[in-house]
Amino acid sequence: MPVIIKTDKCTGCGTCIDSCPFDAIELKDEKAHINEYCNACMSCLEVCEEGAIVEIKDAQKAVAKDFSDYKDVLIFAEQRDGEVAAVSYELIGAARRLAGELGTSVHALLLGADENAAKELIKWGADKVFLCSDSSLLPFNDDSYSEVLTKVIKDNKPAIVLAGATPVGRSFIPRVAAKLKTGLTADCTLLEIDKETKHLLQVRPAFGGNIMATILCPDYRPQMATVRPRVMKKDVYDESRKGEIVNVRLDGITSRTKVTASVKEESALSVNLHEADVIVAGGRGCGGEKGFKLLEELAEAIGGVVGASRASVDEEWISYSHQVGQTGKTVNPKLYIACGISGAVQHLVGMQSSDVIIAINKNPEAPIFNVATYGIVGDLFEIVPMLIKKIKESK
Amino acid sequence: MNIIVCIKQVPDTAEIRINPETNTLMREGVPSIINPFDMHALEAAVQIKEQTGARVIVLTMGPPQAEASLREAISLGADEAVLLSDRLFAGSDTWATSYTLAKAIEKLDAGIIFCGKQAIDGDTAQVGPETAEFLNIPHISYVKKIEEITESSITVQRMMDEGYDVVESPLPVLLTVVRELNDPRIPSLKGKMAAKKAEIRTMNAADIGADENSLGLKGSPTQVKNIFAPEMNAERMMIEGSPEEQVNKLIEELKKNKCL
Ligand SMILES: Cc1cc2nc3c(=O)[nH]c(=O)nc-3n(C[C@H](O)[C@H](O)[C@H](O)COP(=O)(O)OP(=O)(O)OC[C@H]3O[C@@H](n4cnc5c(N)ncnc54)[C@H](O)[C@@H]3O)c2cc1C
Ligand SMILES: Nc1ncnc2c1ncn2[C@@H]1O[C@H](COP(=O)(O)O)[C@@H](O)[C@H]1O
Repeated sequence: MPVIIKTDKCTGCGTCIDSCPFDAIELKDEKAHINEYCNACMSCLEVCEEGAIVEIKDAQKAVAKDFSDYKDVLIFAEQRDGEVAAVSYELIGAARRLAGELGTSVHALLLGADENAAKELIKWGADKVFLCSDSSLLPFNDDSYSEVLTKVIKDNKPAIVLAGATPVGRSFIPRVAAKLKTGLTADCTLLEIDKETKHLLQVRPAFGGNIMATILCPDYRPQMATVRPRVMKKDVYDESRKGEIVNVRLDGITSRTKVTASVKEESALSVNLHEADVIVAGGRGCGGEKGFKLLEELAEAIGGVVGASRASVDEEWISYSHQVGQTGKTVNPKLYIACGISGAVQHLVGMQSSDVIIAINKNPEAPIFNVATYGIVGDLFEIVPMLIKKIKESK
Repeated sequence: MNIIVCIKQVPDTAEIRINPETNTLMREGVPSIINPFDMHALEAAVQIKEQTGARVIVLTMGPPQAEASLREAISLGADEAVLLSDRLFAGSDTWATSYTLAKAIEKLDAGIIFCGKQAIDGDTAQVGPETAEFLNIPHISYVKKIEEITESSITVQRMMDEGYDVVESPLPVLLTVVRELNDPRIPSLKGKMAAKKAEIRTMNAADIGADENSLGLKGSPTQVKNIFAPEMNAERMMIEGSPEEQVNKLIEELKKNKCL
């Protein structure tokens, strides 16, 4: 156990129990007791006024390993039908920043696409692209993808590996981490280099966005992380950028699973929330489909698309493809107008990185105001029609 | 055939609130539930059992109180329950959790292993695929429909960003499932009786033949460095006045920000 309770000092006050995000402290015989859920986050250390909780340093972990062979930042570049997915460029943007701090280069692995796609990656900032254009890699299969990535990592020893937290990345990257015995942090929202140790600091939400955690992988390499689409910023596109393309062979790599069909489901209502500069989002406060009609009008006036909270999707006022949040889409438009949305953490994690956020809500205590740039306490049925009118006038 | 369902007991994150003064989680009275995605995994397994006569084993790694979740799973149709519990498992990240689950699964001999897409406490979605890797078997993530199962293979629909793929795999296979797969049932009276009587098998590190260095905190490559409350926007501006004044001021501000 990384922390122990000194039973002689413990008064059984229970403060540490409330502080533990992992439910790892219980009261037994009126003394605190640490159970199997402990994640060594050390939150309890700070709250114990009695000083009854102490950390025990694990001798084995203290041996610093030499990772000087592990240098570059490698991103997995995802393609869809041969076209590079936007998230790959965002990853290159993040990787450039990290590589800059480490004084190393940015590499990308591209599977199933062609040389033109590889050149795009270079223009967006990759120094070197490992390319395996074998057509069997066009559809996504966990086995072959994880074997190729593992091989490239073993041969090139990157210090950091990043991938998109998409259905593809989230599915096969864990296999790679398991093969390599290294750590993997899912859905990071912030990546930074620790100035002293040069380790990667990986920040991610946990418990449905109620708290943020900084994760480290100090004793293994590479340090691996997935990042949701639209969280990182792209670097500048430079037509004249030069880089190297290295062909990777697929020798003997096969897949046990086979994709027999790929079906696109573009519903008529499908909206491109990811690309939109302005999103007008509605929640339960919209009261029904009529409220959403109003938001559509506003969206049209201001040149945006309509988003929604889960509550309004559950009520079937609008389809799931509009949902923003933890179980919906992550967005970061220039302008996000939240109308009748309370601002539950599960909603906030999907939109709080928007540049400007306007919150319109009847309840001055609504948590949405905590993330808002501009807050209007008021009835959306009064505010929104007026807003539409004034926007139209001002054009 | 044995079907194993990996379930995790989690705090109901929808009920968790932050104490604004101390920036800590308020967990008092927050109920522990079976991870919602795992309920869909269990339902899928029980449906296969009803069609083929397979045996459903639920497996969880957790503290002794996780037994309650296993009993609930039995009330929903599982035949057997295994609790992996040992102080050595404490502090496991997804790598160590997956290693431990895989070690136990090796002892149980399964044709299909079901996991939820992700657990709502950590939301990592890593334990399923990592477990499959340790078992050296294929896996398919985000399964939204099971099309066909034969003696030696399975065909499913896997959810993707823009639709779905139809994927075929030999058995044994590990599947992680999404909500769209089914609607979990509620326990029957008979199920509840069975749950009360059921014997829960417990296994520790020695029982599954695990290497101690790969367990718990020691076996976990990732470490939680610190935990903090999400940032609030300190620069927000509340726009006051009559609705008309509010709208006028807002338009002014939007113009300043070049949003209009
Ligand atoms: C595992 C999990 C995942 C989840 N994922 C998501 C997700 O991806 N996205 C998501 O959005 N939610 C998600 N949720 C749900 C989330 O917890 C909230 O329940 C949901 O976001 C609430 O939606 P809401 O704000 O529209 O509704 P409510 O919380 O009911 O808020 C309605 C708001 O409207 C205001 N209002 C009412 N009438 C008016 C009016 N006339 N004018 C102005 N204001 C008015 C009220 O003051 C209130 O603040 C998830 C929950 C869980 C447990
Ligand atoms: N401690 C555990 N015991 C059993 N199954 C688990 C455990 N942790 C995770 N799982 C399974 O792995 C899935 C994904 O969890 P996670 O990777 O933590 O998001 C869950 O839905 C469960 O099916």
